[in-house]
Amino acid sequence: MKEPLFHIIKRTDVVWWKAWLIRAIAILAAFLVAAILTVIMTGLNPFSVFGAMFSGAFGTERRILKLFQGTAILLCIGLAVTPAFRMRFWNIGAEGQVLAGGMAAATVLIFAGDRMPSAFVIILCLAAAVTAGAIWAVIPALFKAKWNTNETLFTLMMNYIAIQIIKYFVLLWSVPKGSGQIGIINGTSQSGWLPKLFGQDYIFNIVIVAILTVLVFVYLRYTKHGYEISVVGESEKTARYIGINVKKVIIRTMILSGAIAGLAGFLLVNGTDHTISADTAGGNGFTAIMVSWLAKFNPLVMFLSSFLIVFLQKGAGQITTDFGLNKSFSDILTGIIIFFIIGCEFFINYRIVFRSSRKEAEKS
Amino acid sequence: MKKLLAVVLSLVLALSALTVAGCNQAGTADKGKVKVGFIYLHDENSTYDKNFMNGAKAACEAQGVEYIQKYPIPEGAECKEAAIDLIDSGCTIIFADSFGHEDFLLEAAKEYPNVQFCHATGTQAHTAGLKNLHNAFAAIYEGRYMAGVAAGMKLNEMIEAGKFTADEAKMGYVGAFTYAEVISGYTSFYLGAKSVCPSVTMEVQFPGSWYDEAKEKEAAQTLLANGCKLISQHADSMGAPTACETAGVPNVSYNGSTLAACPKTFIVSSRIDWQPYMEYMIKQVKEGKAIDTDWTGTLATGSVVLTDVNTAVAAAGTVEKLAEIKAQLQAGTLHVFDTSTFTKDGANLTSYMADVDTDTNYTPDTEAIKDGYFHESEYRSAPYFDIQIDGITLLNAEY
Repeated sequence: MKEPLFHIIKRTDVVWWKAWLIRAIAILAAFLVAAILTVIMTGLNPFSVFGAMFSGAFGTERRILKLFQGTAILLCIGLAVTPAFRMRFWNIGAEGQVLAGGMAAATVLIFAGDRMPSAFVIILCLAAAVTAGAIWAVIPALFKAKWNTNETLFTLMMNYIAIQIIKYFVLLWSVPKGSGQIGIINGTSQSGWLPKLFGQDYIFNIVIVAILTVLVFVYLRYTKHGYEISVVGESEKTARYIGINVKKVIIRTMILSGAIAGLAGFLLVNGTDHTISADTAGGNGFTAIMVSWLAKFNPLVMFLSSFLIVFLQKGAGQITTDFGLNKSFSDILTGIIIFFIIGCEFFINYRIVFRSSRKEAEKS
Repeated sequence: MKKLLAVVLSLVLALSALTVAGCNQAGTADKGKVKVGFIYLHDENSTYDKNFMNGAKAACEAQGVEYIQKYPIPEGAECKEAAIDLIDSGCTIIFADSFGHEDFLLEAAKEYPNVQFCHATGTQAHTAGLKNLHNAFAAIYEGRYMAGVAAGMKLNEMIEAGKFTADEAKMGYVGAFTYAEVISGYTSFYLGAKSVCPSVTMEVQFPGSWYDEAKEKEAAQTLLANGCKLISQHADSMGAPTACETAGVPNVSYNGSTLAACPKTFIVSSRIDWQPYMEYMIKQVKEGKAIDTDWTGTLATGSVVLTDVNTAVAAAGTVEKLAEIKAQLQAGTLHVFDTSTFTKDGANLTSYMADVDTDTNYTPDTEAIKDGYFHESEYRSAPYFDIQIDGITLLNAEY
């Protein structure tokens, strides 16, 4: 029988520096492919294109602040999906949970905005957003626990319901009537808006998410709940055998997941946008899945993965502005880079052994 | 290990080779006094935004100033961020093209009093009390009226050819939302057609979106299935024109010619030419003069224009007729919203309070009917004609 050209062998003993070397190579290779493609497709100097990426992310103080603000929001949604992912519950409904939270916060802003002190409005918005997010997440969890429904499909469909509900209310409450947009809520009174910290917008968001990251890390790593989540994720049967109430863990974890997503909605509505639309989450609910996976569900590492993705997004936007290229082109570049980064994890976990070298290895 | 090293080295080499090759091309631009930052809702695939991009390029080149364009910028906090980012890049005029940008532009205008913010289609500048926030629009209802005349003539031609009877002359209109700008637009279009084809009726379908190709196409197909003989639209994608081309039904377009994509059905398109306004705002800033808080472009300023008529589809004599109508509109002998030409609930209107000053309760505040016609775009540049007149049926008014 002829031996195949190569074998794929699982690595178990990869040392840390080798893993990072592979990642560095992947990034270099990604930039090389992106550069070649840039030259072929646009005739532009690839380095001025990459330069624009950096200037888009770090070019001015404001851009750096925006970079961290964007990272904070994406990280927050990443933190939301992570507890569920760790117990192998594929919650891809973060987009809808964020929107449900944002919608609740916006509703409070609109109706309570000018009737009570701003601090009170903020607390009310927060409570409403967290509750709404949790409700949106616990529905699929209940169905999963009771009837073992497919959580991936269920949470996905819940996104569309949330989007359509928002579209409905945006039309109903649109300002001016019939324009299909709500516009800035409480623009003159700024009631219910998160205050500036140190004279800057967004710092509030960044601080809250930084604290939350540590909390989620501790919760997953050092508490009984976190341990239960890991066991349920590894094997439901084992969990049941050692007396863990699996249904309870699923429901409890999804409430937490949804509550954090609702918090992200609150930060978006009260902290940055001061309005609500179906685009408020902007697809971050899906991008957060990648953030969580890339970091292997570790909240601290997720800071890096979300930072990387937001950096690429900001950079891509600058490419469009500087070179008048269609945004699709910068999306292609970020796509290539993310592809290589995800792809290299394969080479960290597996080794490819070719026919000839295998024989040599056997001889010696 | 050796192999790994080889891979790393070859990658580094390849990248450095590209660096050397690329460095020669980098150029630097001269710094002008005035720099304009443009914010667009969509990219160039949207006919609406493309129309602004063309105007921006022409105006900035004519005035010899630098400009930066940012797109796609959604109608949210991103708009304020984009404006501030443009200011950080040295822009002294910020122009945004979409209605929903206004709130966020207003926020930025409060924080940057030395930068001029110009906003197309907005309504708040004349009541906001900010010296640096300006609205601009054009009396596009006159352009739509003329386009409507071309549509009416086409209907007449089809009636004469025996394709359908005068009673069956029904047009379809795809209008984004039930918003005053859209209502003003389709009503003027309808009145234009009615001025030459008195028996015409019209159905309006609202996709509930300014830019959603699939929904606009679907809306056009609904109208076609209802037996509409001619379609026009006020939405930003190619959805409706391509649906017409497929069905072989004549189409009157908006924002620019769709002749290239729809050679067999395109008649004419009305559009706002933004170049005159953009040149005006740049000139004012150059000369240190104030920009009008609320600026209305007209046929005379060259802001309201029609594209070339597609004579292969349009009825004979359309070009001459349109020239005649244009002269009458400019001379003030013809008024689009002449109250003797339309009725509401069977009666001619003698008075109508319009909501010109934006407030949260939409209180009608200004008498708009005087001297026998509705004075559109006079008290404010953005349209405020929102009367549902007889002869037009709204199919799905939930939007």
